[in-house]
Amino acid sequence: MTSNPARDAGWVDPPPRKGFFTDTSVCIGCKACEVACKEWNAVPDDGMNFLGSSYDNTGQLGASTWRHVKFIEQPASTAVDLGLPRVGLPGQQDTGERTDFRWLMESDVCKHCTHAACLDVCPTGSLFRTEFGTVVVQEDICNGCGYCVPACPFGVIDRRIGEKGVTKNVGIAQKCTLCYDRLHDGLTPACAQACPTESIQFGDLDELRARAQERVDTMHDQGIPQARLYGADESDGVGGLGAFFLLLDEPEVYGLPPDPVVTTKDLPEMWKKAGLAALALLAGAVAVFGSGS
Amino acid sequence: MPGLGASFGRGGATTFLQDLQHSDCIVIQGSNMAECHPVGFQWVMEAKKRGAKVIHIDPRFTRTSAVADSHVPLRAGSDIAFLGGIINYVLQHEKYFKEYVLAYTNASFLLREEFQDTEELDGLFSGYDASTAKYDSTSWSYAGLEGDGREGGKGAGGDDLGHAEGESHGSGGPALNPNEVQKDWTLQHPRSVFQVLKRHYARYTPEMVEQVCGVPASQFLEVCEAVTANSGRERTTCWVYSVGWTQHSVGVQYIRGAAIIQLLLGNMGRPGGGILALRGHASIQGSTDIPTLFNLLPGYLPMPQAAEHETWEAYLDGIRSPQQKGFWGNAESYVVSLLKAWWGEHATKENGWAFDYLPRISGDHGTYQTALDMVDDKVEGYFLLGQNPAVGSAHGKLQRLGMAHLKWLVVRDLNMIESATFWKDGPEIESGELRTEDIGTEVFFLPAAAHTEKSGTFTQTQRMLQWHHKAVDPPGDCQSELAFFYLLGQKVRARLADSGEARDLPLQHLTWDYPLDADGEIDAEAVLQEINGRHADGRLLSGYLEMKPDGSTAGGCWIYSGVYADGVNQSARRKPGSEQDWVAKEWGWAWPYNRRILYNRASADPDGKPWSARKAYMQWDGEHWVGPDNVDFPKDRAPSYRAPEGATGPDALNGDDPFVMMADGKGWLFSPSGLVDGPLPAHYEPAESPVVNPLYGQQANPTREVFKRKENPMQPSGDEPGADVFPYVFTTYRLTEHHTAGGMSRWLPYLSELQPEFFCEVSPAHARERGLENHGWATIITARAAIEARVLVTERVVPLRVGGKVVHQVGLPYHWGVGTDAVVTGDSANDLFGLALDANVHIQETKAAACDIQPGRRPRGEALLRMVEEYRSRAGITVETGQQRMTQRNEP
Repeated sequence: MTSNPARDAGWVDPPPRKGFFTDTSVCIGCKACEVACKEWNAVPDDGMNFLGSSYDNTGQLGASTWRHVKFIEQPASTAVDLGLPRVGLPGQQDTGERTDFRWLMESDVCKHCTHAACLDVCPTGSLFRTEFGTVVVQEDICNGCGYCVPACPFGVIDRRIGEKGVTKNVGIAQKCTLCYDRLHDGLTPACAQACPTESIQFGDLDELRARAQERVDTMHDQGIPQARLYGADESDGVGGLGAFFLLLDEPEVYGLPPDPVVTTKDLPEMWKKAGLAALALLAGAVAVFGSGS
Repeated sequence: MPGLGASFGRGGATTFLQDLQHSDCIVIQGSNMAECHPVGFQWVMEAKKRGAKVIHIDPRFTRTSAVADSHVPLRAGSDIAFLGGIINYVLQHEKYFKEYVLAYTNASFLLREEFQDTEELDGLFSGYDASTAKYDSTSWSYAGLEGDGREGGKGAGGDDLGHAEGESHGSGGPALNPNEVQKDWTLQHPRSVFQVLKRHYARYTPEMVEQVCGVPASQFLEVCEAVTANSGRERTTCWVYSVGWTQHSVGVQYIRGAAIIQLLLGNMGRPGGGILALRGHASIQGSTDIPTLFNLLPGYLPMPQAAEHETWEAYLDGIRSPQQKGFWGNAESYVVSLLKAWWGEHATKENGWAFDYLPRISGDHGTYQTALDMVDDKVEGYFLLGQNPAVGSAHGKLQRLGMAHLKWLVVRDLNMIESATFWKDGPEIESGELRTEDIGTEVFFLPAAAHTEKSGTFTQTQRMLQWHHKAVDPPGDCQSELAFFYLLGQKVRARLADSGEARDLPLQHLTWDYPLDADGEIDAEAVLQEINGRHADGRLLSGYLEMKPDGSTAGGCWIYSGVYADGVNQSARRKPGSEQDWVAKEWGWAWPYNRRILYNRASADPDGKPWSARKAYMQWDGEHWVGPDNVDFPKDRAPSYRAPEGATGPDALNGDDPFVMMADGKGWLFSPSGLVDGPLPAHYEPAESPVVNPLYGQQANPTREVFKRKENPMQPSGDEPGADVFPYVFTTYRLTEHHTAGGMSRWLPYLSELQPEFFCEVSPAHARERGLENHGWATIITARAAIEARVLVTERVVPLRVGGKVVHQVGLPYHWGVGTDAVVTGDSANDLFGLALDANVHIQETKAAACDIQPGRRPRGEALLRMVEEYRSRAGITVETGQQRMTQRNEP
């Protein structure tokens, strides 16, 4: 049974937790998800910038990009693996498994973490946990303080840049809502609906995880040992992801942190230590000034 | 689609997208299916999940290659050598499906003694006339036939009317009288098609493939092994192609190459097999079915030609041979019904069904000839409907110069495209070649309704008509094409109502009485009903078999007849896939007769039994053909049926003649008629190539259409002096993020931001050779233009070793244009091309040509013109260069 952050957040009898399973092995990089997301959520364009970075002119997730298709061109590996310690970027060395050039594509999105730091640090309550277990920003409550931005271990959330009066919600923190409005109407989120190859699958997280495990097992049987799940494990540093992935290489290759940790994990400990320190200071002060009185 | 028409009988994809899931191997060649057909591509992914092998053969590593099992990079313009290599492999290693080949193809048919192959003539077939650069195809015919075997019939003609005939085989193979053909069932006779094929392709060895295509022999053989291991009784392979094959000066023969392979391997008419012709965009199939082409009438009936078709009888004899087999034998019914649909009571037997109301073609009126005619002030006005030739057509400058000569130009589009604004912000204004104040063209821009704002059908890639309902009213003055043409017709007719001129009768008598809907607009369903056809009493036809030659039926497009069968708009059916079997016959409607796999009689053996349980589809149950599809054959014709002596038309089809539109009922390994450039595909270099043809003395297609004019400078090719000025191969293509010439994408920020700038793709080695930097700028130069693009250096482009030298290829997406109205603009890749066309279909060669590339941005103003002139001068280019079609060989 998947943990249910909605129940933890106080929802009584919430529906099953919803999420995304993004199977990058069938992604064809069409970017229909990016466009469908913007169309449905009225997200403004993110600038006409040629990046010279394969077919990626989006760059990264941000306030005006809630889905981002990454394109990774991996050179063919030619050398024999000598088992020596590796240098360089993961996925860029020869592992002896792969000989062909590869063009990896991955549609990235907010992970809707089980333990979401953005939510923890939000002082206004703009960010909240929905009954579906997802994390959503309320644009009319957000005051643009930006605490959530460095709190995200994946660099997903950001404040929107633009000219006030021209672009909407300038200065407000924005990110994927997992189409909260569509979920209320029993609809599939726009990106998953638009995906032609079912690379983006939407559903109950329990079922998605089972399906994903089955897919990985099949791929291993088909002789693709590099296939792996990312964010499907509840014991990881964020308690598992509501939007998790099937990858064909190490997470770093896709620009994903290998061991993400909720950035507020140490907060209680830090507060405890800070409290102890304060108490010690207070005790010292009492000892010094109190005894001298 | 004559490549398919002259092989199987109809110019449409022979299968449907969902059927790909049953393929054991899918070869995608000349197509970037994942990027250009992402929705249909789900079925390739489905097949892959089921264990199919997916092979992508393409000059570039694309998003299709990224998910294929293997990518085979080859030199742009060398596919026939590759396909010929496979044919040779199949024949040499006896991998063909013998029972299938014997029963269902013309392998056993004997050719005439006077036929000479490219083997004998160093790259030419017999019948070539160097003075006209045309073939007389008489010698290609079967032995035992009189004359050219066509008795009039459609076929490769020696006409001077722009070689229009090749195109008219979209739904019906070329005419031919098959009754007397000599055959050799042992396939051993030296003049049998089978042996001719064997000799023709003997030189297409793996080593030759390597030399021509730059594909290592080992990699080529892997493809051969995969394809042959996945074909036969138990397994099937599908071939997928798109405009990467068609846009060549020898493009039709690329498709013939695949047709020969698929016939030899027995993959036609069977589940998981076939040839999937992917169309460029929505309803391109529809725009040849009900054509926007100058030389066709609806349903691939040829347009009558001056001199040749003066009378109704002459026309009729010209489109079908009275003795031929198959459904083309009923052509008279189709034409009479069309004329009745157009002119109703005014079309009578006495006036030859108003045949004389049809204009006659008096020359080439293809899009490129028309652009040249504009330059010569022979054209006064021009309608552009969803077309942006200033960006999307080859030789963009010629298009713009031509339009600057018009008196009036009507542009109907969603946005203010470059073809509507070239007179104020086109490249020629910047360079000083044109001045706005000198251009007399009056441009009318009429805003068009989008597909969501009008009802009608799209005919997509697999010949399927799908109805779309109007969701919202078009904003402002926006109007559908249907409403526009209806009103235009009303106005023209009102103007001519009192005319006593005979020439105005066709307009005065035209049936133009359509019911209007609640909004006062013409009812699109009424038009679909007219296309479907009616009996004289008004009942809708159930299909073209009900069409009569006596004037008692009317129908606008015979192959679409049945789309309104039973009074139901069949194209509007949307029964979900989950509620029907996988063939999903109740989703939309496919021509002909809602058949999803064409020639599916061939899915059973000659006795009517499935070739194997695994590949069962249609079969004979003793009384009928049964299976998940509608059989593409007379429903109750037994496999054992043999047509009586003297039978013609459909009655002449034997029980084992699966290619029901062909004059002989068989699939054509060898095309004795129907194509103007040869009965078998032979590799020719593109019109502009840095490579000397390693296969024949003949360098390029000897029948390609050329235009010897100063506006159309062509480059030296092969080993001609000056060819080295343009040392690189380039090819053009599309990206998922944009739509063709950009009219539907560059005005949308959400699409434009995904690919904001025109770029070129080069390999790291090429970048080093020319000093190109990733994210920097490059200038690409040909004899016509110099354009600038951002640079993407990528390992997805690889240098190829071709005939002992390294050939670099440059990739150029063609979506951008110079203007000021779009969200994103840029130089247009199509400006680089000159005009060299495939003579069968007048299609331009925009998938392979030669160029130079230099680092940095291009010059501006007059300096730009000087740069291009300097290149022309260095290459020694004159108006004669590249216009000689037959290669002059030096005698030893």
